[in-house]
Amino acid sequence: MKTGRMLLATALVALFAGGAEAQVSVKLGVLNDRSGVYADLSGEGSVIAARMAAEDFKAEEKGIKVEIVSADHQNKPDIGSNIARQWYDQDGVDVILDVPTSSVALAVNQITREKNKIFINSGAAASDLTGKQCSPNTIHWTYDTWALANGTGSAMVKAGGDSWFFLTADYAFGHALERDTIAVVEKSGGKVLGTVRHPFPGSDFSSFLLQAQSSGAKVIGLANAGGDTINSIKQAAEFGITQAGQNLAGLLVFITDVHALGLQTAQGLVLTESFYWDLNDDTRAFAKRFAERNGGKMPTMVHAGVYAGTLHYLKAVEALKDKDPAKVMAKMKEMPTDDPLFGKGQVRADGRKVHDMYLFEVKKPEESKGPWDYYKLIATIPAAEAFRPLEEGECPLVKG
Amino acid sequence: MASVSGQMAAAPAARATVEAASLHRAIFIGIAVFLAVAPFLLYPVFLMKVLCFALFACAFNLLLGYGGLLSFGHAAYLGTASYICAHTAKVWGVPPEVAILLGTASAAVLGLVFGSLAIRRQGIYFAMITLALAQMVFFFSLQAPFTGGEDGIQAVPRGRLFGLVDLSSDTTLYYVVATIFLAGVLFIYRIIHSPFGQVLKAIRDNEPRAISLGYATNRYKLVVFTLSATLAGLAGATKAIVFQLASLTDVHWTMSGEVVLMTLVGGMGTVFGPMVGAAVIVTMQNYLAHLGAWVTVIQGVIFVICVMLFREGIVGVLAKRLKRPL
Amino acid sequence: MFELLGIPPQALFGQLLLGLINGSFYAILSLGLAIIFGLLNIINFTHGAQYMMGAFVAWMLLNYAGIGYWWALLIAPLIVGATGIVIDRLFLARLRDLDHLYGLLLTFGLALIIQGLFRNQYGVSGLPYSIPPELAGGRNLGFMFLPNYRGWVVAASLAVCLATWFVIEKTRLGAYLRAATENPTLVQAFGINVPRLITLTYGFGVGLAALAGVLAAPIYSVNPNMGADLIIVVFAVVVIGGMGSILGSIVTGFGLGLIEGLTKVFYPEAAATVIFVVMVLVLLIKPAGLFGRAA
Repeated sequence: MKTGRMLLATALVALFAGGAEAQVSVKLGVLNDRSGVYADLSGEGSVIAARMAAEDFKAEEKGIKVEIVSADHQNKPDIGSNIARQWYDQDGVDVILDVPTSSVALAVNQITREKNKIFINSGAAASDLTGKQCSPNTIHWTYDTWALANGTGSAMVKAGGDSWFFLTADYAFGHALERDTIAVVEKSGGKVLGTVRHPFPGSDFSSFLLQAQSSGAKVIGLANAGGDTINSIKQAAEFGITQAGQNLAGLLVFITDVHALGLQTAQGLVLTESFYWDLNDDTRAFAKRFAERNGGKMPTMVHAGVYAGTLHYLKAVEALKDKDPAKVMAKMKEMPTDDPLFGKGQVRADGRKVHDMYLFEVKKPEESKGPWDYYKLIATIPAAEAFRPLEEGECPLVKG
Repeated sequence: MASVSGQMAAAPAARATVEAASLHRAIFIGIAVFLAVAPFLLYPVFLMKVLCFALFACAFNLLLGYGGLLSFGHAAYLGTASYICAHTAKVWGVPPEVAILLGTASAAVLGLVFGSLAIRRQGIYFAMITLALAQMVFFFSLQAPFTGGEDGIQAVPRGRLFGLVDLSSDTTLYYVVATIFLAGVLFIYRIIHSPFGQVLKAIRDNEPRAISLGYATNRYKLVVFTLSATLAGLAGATKAIVFQLASLTDVHWTMSGEVVLMTLVGGMGTVFGPMVGAAVIVTMQNYLAHLGAWVTVIQGVIFVICVMLFREGIVGVLAKRLKRPL
Repeated sequence: MFELLGIPPQALFGQLLLGLINGSFYAILSLGLAIIFGLLNIINFTHGAQYMMGAFVAWMLLNYAGIGYWWALLIAPLIVGATGIVIDRLFLARLRDLDHLYGLLLTFGLALIIQGLFRNQYGVSGLPYSIPPELAGGRNLGFMFLPNYRGWVVAASLAVCLATWFVIEKTRLGAYLRAATENPTLVQAFGINVPRLITLTYGFGVGLAALAGVLAAPIYSVNPNMGADLIIVVFAVVVIGGMGSILGSIVTGFGLGLIEGLTKVFYPEAAATVIFVVMVLVLLIKPAGLFGRAA
């Protein structure tokens, strides 16, 4: 009797839902920095990107109801983990997206695994997310420190920059970046003339730049991030370091940083990214639509990663007609990825999304046609070589 | 800061004290009852966060409200304890109660050392010195290998309390935290109303007079500083177990500023003010999180409003209305 | 070539000079704090935010009004100083009779507001501001390459510090100021408008912070947080110097810049903490600070 009525009700709902398709509703939470150092490269832009992905996928027509919520983790792991727990426990969020700042990303990684949900990271750099701390519930989409170090390190040595001096932010992140890059440089046949550890956060780098200058190295590697990188590049220009023939290699630089520096100061800087809005027709079309909604600001690779990650997730849900995390994760890893921004790629067993990475050089002011026309492509690092080999990551999921 | 105490002294002494004590007892019982039923009404993780910060604010208030010493570096004790607790629980694998004790003890030692430096100066100098010392702790935490730098110490196991009670359930852990909180604030209440607390208030109101009465005021200040740091450490260590992480946020100077704000909003020099203040600020941070940078602006505005118009804080105003010290 | 502690002397000179340049910023900022403290008895926690405002106003002048660096050097401190006067009239003036700690709390709150507003408006990645063309490039001093702009920073800040010192110690206006610090009632009785003197002093101290901000704009990243961490270091500088004397705060500022510069060569890991270590040592030996009088 009771069952019969429920069946009837279900049938009616299906009827009114207007199709034979079963309705799946998913809730995506964009958790990132909306006020701090990473607000420009993630922030509201990532929410726009996720929304665009849902619209472009025509989720509603395919019977998937998508709801997107967002919050600011202020780059504080305790605030981030609090929000993540609350989202999963109380608000019915299925997927957390973006999460720049390694400390918060690692915390969300842990919680997502504990609560058996899905975490698609785009903003964080920590290669541990798919290494020692890898999780069956996490995908790391856009980039990581290993890929950046590898891209910049090997390509620079190939281009003749075979002697290096490092300016390293004196904390775990800087040390890791320095260690990874040194390994790549030495493997590619270059040598390291010296390193100097600077306090973090610092404002005056002239003293360290002077040490780098007197080392005579061809390349000065900046193993730091954010404001430290900006200040080092600004002061390197002041001390005429690039004009004197030394190259600056930024190991974690985003297009928003270049925008903040201006081409006059940043010209000649070499860096690795996985996305640039002006790569091809698809990226340009996306960037144009994105910029219209983001106050004229072009998408960063983090925004692109949120877009592509959301798209891939929705594809998996559509294929399964189900949002069970274990099934969706399996589907996402089994199905090759294909989207207009990163092209074809795949998600590996350890959760690492692999695609091509690109080595760019920042244009001279006279080469640029206008705002956001900043990079020229020097080399493409094919997907197969761009990321840390599966077996070297010490990810427990890969063993056996 | 002197207004509250002046009002207390003005009240007809003995009877009022007895009345106040019974009122306080009633309030404490009310709090205990509320804490017992709260997890059925509210999200336990959020409650635990409020409790940790409330304890932190009470510890801070012990120093400011009763010792008259404004420390702008209390994050150092919260953060150090949370790092030590997280490290011992995760790497050494000690049970949670031992980890919390070790964390608290480390904050006590740090408080003793920093306190003995800072009490050499008074007033604004004292505030600046505590701030500068805390900044040193921040840089140390950033560079020391065991803290994990910017990543912090992640995935700290909650473990089993006394080897028996599994803390992985939020509700179970909540009751443990609530017990720690109650014990902490009752201890503070005890200190305030002990003869030691009376001498403290005398020093706060007029240090030269206290010296002339023969009290070694610096020793009293050092003791209260250390006690305050220790209790702040207890809050920090508990927080590490709750959130299963210890990070730079806890040692950053903004945390020191936040605890000042909590105490100011609630009412400094009141018993219950800091708890109210912590609840208000944490709730605000939680529910306004989507406003991004505006949260900082709002906090600043609250600071300014409190200083300009509302110096007694919420509980202070309430106490004035009720004509009872709270 | 002989070496000093493993470092060639040329490099050492270079590093000392760089230390002196950083010291210039410490000196101007701690001087402003000391002047404000002298008359208002509060520690101006907003100082870092006002330093940041100086840099931002310079940027706005350039981008919205086309006004370049040299005029910004004059106009930005005036504008920011004027906002300081507003702050004093609106808020600080009403707190004069209270415990001075309230002034500290108020300025802390204001710093949060100002930094938050700028963050909302301009983001945190920072804004570009170029070195003025007259000072671009640099010269080879034989032992190092000194960008012209850095040389200018040292010269300008030394001049500003000494001029301030001269005004306060050697002129009639300065005499009023010093007298008002000692005994405001008496000075008032002589017909000096002390409240106005106090307000203007606050405005002047704030203007100094803004000036430091403009000087910093071409070489440091112009972003809303640029003053937040710096100000804590400057607090330590102030504690070390003691706020008893104007000259003391200037000397301490430059001196600590030098010490920090040396640390960057010999033990760069400690460069962030060395000033705090010095502070602890000074507190142990001379609690009132190097130039301070016992409280």
